[in-house]
Amino acid sequence: MSNVASLASAVSLLRFEGVTLRRGGRLLFENLDLTVNAGERLQLTGPNGTGKSSLLRLAAGLLRQERGRIERAPLALADEHVALDRERPLIAALGFWSGFGGSNERLEFALNTLDLAGLIPIPVRLLSAGQLKRATLARVVGTGAPLWLLDEPLNGLDRGGLDDLEELLDWHTAQGGAVVAASHLVLPGDWRQLEVGH
Amino acid sequence: MIISLIRRDVRRGLTGAAWLPIAFFLLVATLVPFAIGPDARLLGRIGAGALWIAALTAALLPIERLVEPDRADGVLDQLALHGVAEESVAFAKIIAHWLTFAPLLLVAAVPASALLAMDGESLLRTEVALAVGTPALAALAIAVAAVTAGLPRAGALAGLLLLPLAVPLLIFGAADAMALEAAVSLLLTAGAPFVSAAAIRASRT
Repeated sequence: MSNVASLASAVSLLRFEGVTLRRGGRLLFENLDLTVNAGERLQLTGPNGTGKSSLLRLAAGLLRQERGRIERAPLALADEHVALDRERPLIAALGFWSGFGGSNERLEFALNTLDLAGLIPIPVRLLSAGQLKRATLARVVGTGAPLWLLDEPLNGLDRGGLDDLEELLDWHTAQGGAVVAASHLVLPGDWRQLEVGH
Repeated sequence: MIISLIRRDVRRGLTGAAWLPIAFFLLVATLVPFAIGPDARLLGRIGAGALWIAALTAALLPIERLVEPDRADGVLDQLALHGVAEESVAFAKIIAHWLTFAPLLLVAAVPASALLAMDGESLLRTEVALAVGTPALAALAIAVAAVTAGLPRAGALAGLLLLPLAVPLLIFGAADAMALEAAVSLLLTAGAPFVSAAAIRASRT
């Protein structure tokens, strides 16, 4: 964790310079400049289909921009794909990912915060939609990446899940991590807003 | 890292229906004497070719569960975010698929050869040819699975793509031309990770 904290607050974890993205012939945004510094939270807003999720996938490096430059710190992405082996117990499915340079202490912290500790022997396929959302968040925490990209993080979460998410976000940004989240709902805490598509 | 990928895919292969292609292989081998008749000499002569056809058709069965579930579930995306090259993912999948497919096939070839009235020498030659050719079959299966991942009716398309590409393996394997069989097998096995990786990258939306 010290490696995250040692990033001074002015360090940018994500930087877009003049980025243009076109998908299926449609221009989603043009000449976008964007900087996310350590400790910051950025919320992407805008109606459906304006390119919030595409911007996140572009930031993650899963899509290619048409023009411009993107620099990114190590990052973790939580979108609608759970990416956990459905037949395996939750702890083993999460452990597969934290095995790639993450840490077990982080994962344990995430499981406790997200109220998943009691579910770790349960196969992933038996979890409910809300529990899967929590498990996806736990996977993100377990990677130890300083930049989190969250696509609609509130989908499926109950009131308690919202509080747990807020606790995780506070913990992460306090250590110098940064979060970019796409959501049309009000997210817990203070967020810088960016309306995509304008 | 590649090791943990291989271990994951082997586990998924074995907990899935690893026996299904093998049962299919034995079934096809069983059909041949019914179709040709019980002439032991004739069966013995066509036995090696019949085993190859059975192996090729059996190799088609698991294709839809090799790459598509990981694509649909975001596992391929997450691996990319963790810095794992798509080529490495494909390489690991080829090895894992070979491990869950080929040894069982080589064992199943023994009872199948009895059904086809093949003698010991002919069985041994076919076993060696299958051992040399199955890495290429596994590599083709992964490459075709990656190319068709996410497409509608991927299963039927996969058959149309895989079988023509496997023809050289079939020709040299059944003709017992081991040097050529090994050369084709090496070429397909070495090329498949790059084809698969390009297909995985192109399928990202």
